Order: sequence, then C-alpha cells, then structure tokens
Amino acid sequence: MAHSRSPQPALITARAAHLLACRICGRVHPAQTRTCLRCGARLASRDKTSLQRVMAWMIAGGFAYLFANIYPMLETTTLGKTASNTLLGGVVELFIHGSYGVGAIVFFASIVIPVVKLIIIAGLAWRVRFPGKSSAHLRHKMYEMVEFIGRWSMIDVFVVALLSSLVQLGSAISVKPGIAAVSFALSVAFTMLAALSFDCRLIWDADKDNEL
Amino acid sequence: MSLALAVHIVYSAVMDKSQIPDLPLADSAASDPARVDDYADLVACPVCDTLHKMSAVPTKGRARCVRCHTVLMSPREGAMTMIVMLAVTATLLMIAAISFPFLTLASHGLSQKSSIIDAILAFSNGVMLPLSLAVAALIVVLPITRLLAILYALAPMAIGWTPARGALQAFRLAEALKPWAMAEIFIVGVGVAMVKVAGLAHLSIGPAFWAFSALVLVNVLNDNFMCRLTIWRTLEARSPR
Repeated sequence: MAHSRSPQPALITARAAHLLACRICGRVHPAQTRTCLRCGARLASRDKTSLQRVMAWMIAGGFAYLFANIYPMLETTTLGKTASNTLLGGVVELFIHGSYGVGAIVFFASIVIPVVKLIIIAGLAWRVRFPGKSSAHLRHKMYEMVEFIGRWSMIDVFVVALLSSLVQLGSAISVKPGIAAVSFALSVAFTMLAALSFDCRLIWDADKDNEL
Repeated sequence: MSLALAVHIVYSAVMDKSQIPDLPLADSAASDPARVDDYADLVACPVCDTLHKMSAVPTKGRARCVRCHTVLMSPREGAMTMIVMLAVTATLLMIAAISFPFLTLASHGLSQKSSIIDAILAFSNGVMLPLSLAVAALIVVLPITRLLAILYALAPMAIGWTPARGALQAFRLAEALKPWAMAEIFIVGVGVAMVKVAGLAHLSIGPAFWAFSALVLVNVLNDNFMCRLTIWRTLEARSPR
C-alpha cells in the first residue's frame, strides 16, 4: 500500500489512470462505464460540450442582462402619476434617500455581480482553450466565488416581487413590476447555468505541466 | 487497468488529524464481498479529478484533496440523525412561513398584509406569469422538494432501516437543486424591500418572517453537517441491490 505522507506526493488524475470518476459522488470506475455505479449519474471523463454550453448560456445571459438594464424594473404610481425605475435607477434612488448600506447591497447584487461573473466565466473558458501562466488555484478560487455568489443577484427580483405585492394602497401609491424583472431573472438563471455547465476539472487539466 | 497499478499511484488524502480509527461505513462495505470492487476505496476529487486512496477519516476530521484542497470528507458524529432532524424542522418552518402573514404595510389608514403567496402572485397577471412561477419555484417549491428528497433518502437510514427504493435518485435530486433553492436570498430581498418602503408607510414584520429566517439558519446548519461522500458511501453500502 502506498500510504505516502511525503510533502510532495506524485499525483495522478483519474483520467491519467484511465479511470472514470463521478463528479457527484466521487466514485471511481473503469474507463468504459456509462453511469455511476453508486449514484447513477451519467459519467464523462471530461465534459466535451462543457465550453460550448458555457458560451451559449453566457451569451443568452449577457443579452438578457442588457435588456434588463434598458427596460423598467419597477413602475410606481403615486397619486395618478407613474414613474418607472430601471435596475440602475433603483440603486441611485436608494443612495439619494441615504440608504447607503442597502444601496451598496443592491448595487453589488444587480450591477457588479452579473458583470463580474460574465467576465470571470469568459476568462476561465478562455484559459481552458489557451492555457497561460496563471495559477490553477487562483482560477479555481474565482470559479468557486462565481458559483457561490451568482445566485445572490436574484435579490432584486425578489425585491420587485415583494414591493409589488406589498405596496398596493389604492390611489395613494401602488407598484407594478416592469418587464425588466423578467429579463433580469432570466439573465441570473442563464449565468448560473453557465457556471454550472463549466466542468471545473478543465481548470486543473490546463495546469498539468505546473503541478503534476 | 489493474488494482495493483491504481493503488501504486494513489496516495492517501491529507488529514487534519493524525489518528485514524476505522469508519463504521468502511467496515460495512468491506463485510459485503459482492459490493467490494477494485475501485471502491478510491476517490476522485470532484473538482480536479485527482485520485486519492481513502483511508478512514476520523469523525470531526477533514480530508482534503492534496492538489486543490477541496474538502473531500468531513464526517460528523450522528450526522445522519442530525440532518434528518434539521430537515424535519426546516419543513415545519417552511409550512409556517407560507401560512402566516409575512409583512404588513400601513399608511393613511389603509393596510396591506402580504404573505409569501402574495409575493409570488405579484407577477401573476399576463406576461409576468412565467416569472411568478419562477419565484414560486425558487422560494417555495424547490426548497420544499429538496427537503423532502433529503428526508426520503436519509430518514429510513437514520432510524436504522435500509434506504427506500429510489433513495439514490432522491439524494441526487437534492444535490442538483441546491443552487436553485433561494430561501436565504429571499430573506435579504425582504430586508432591501423594507428599506425601500420605510419612507412611504409603516411596515411591520409578521410571524412568517421569523419562521423564514429560522429556516435559513437551519438550512445552513444542515449543509454544514452534510458530508456528501459519507452519505453516498453509506447509501451505496446499505442499499439493497
């Protein structure tokens, strides 16, 4: 048994050992296995369509996000007058009212996170195709961050849902959701799917020469 | 690919703790010769695909991938029972959160009570209907489905029975739903909505808000207790084939 505790053990991936690993439950199989014997998930040494799906979801998410910024997110009717708020407008309003903390949360959730997420995923996909010198640890940290933080963008959709259900005080004031709420929700879902389609083992494959 | 070669090239995962008593689930797998195959004691890191030979991880210990440092195993004492109890708690809290009023808004003598259902129905006219369904799914349907799937997969084992038929599929569903169950995000959304409304009218919090907040905490606890690899191996070892 090779129970080595040397500081730098020689590592080998399941693929290099001609084995097939399940990403859901970690079980290792002989190379020709189709479905995982433990959890029943479909097996693939590397997901060959991963990058294609990442790009497709990203483009869809990018367009949806663009529309979400153009159209109104919220329509507020005060004493018969209707004003509409865009994604960015909602943030600006919070800042004008002096709610800096909450304004910052919304700004991060609805502006910073979606944009940064698209950039990072695109960068990671690019690095898989054209490996460079950046460390796999760093890239994996970035991937984990995107995967963790991406869903939090949904905050704004929930805020719109809550406001339009709560603020229904007849002619005094009422709030209606705008069409951008739909496209923003879609853009969050699409970019989440982009992150989920990314096979993170690809990050480490590109790093083979440095680490293995 | 022979077993000898595989073992030769694989190294044990790094342990936080040095002493390594045997895991009960490793024993139960070993006692059943039909289930032991060449690769049963190997684990590939789901993140970087590096092979590890899993020796027993002590409870409260933590086995990390040698290469990318992802936690592979972190078994806890009585985790199965704990997870099931927390899932039951979360389900009850979810029912409370749905049935009680969430927020009440009062202004100029008018008042408006809003439950989670109202928040969902906000989008329900016309083009917005799909969004209404999506919000319903994200904050109510998927979290409940996930909890029930966890209960279905693990509850029989927690009381010592063999897993129910389809327990593996149920747990896989629970895992797949994890990023889409957004109860905790909804709570932050509530906070933001409260600030936005604060200037317009008086806002008070209903019992459902507290139920929902507790639910978020319970879910976080539950995720901390869940050592996925241990659960998968236990499910596999105890499932009738």
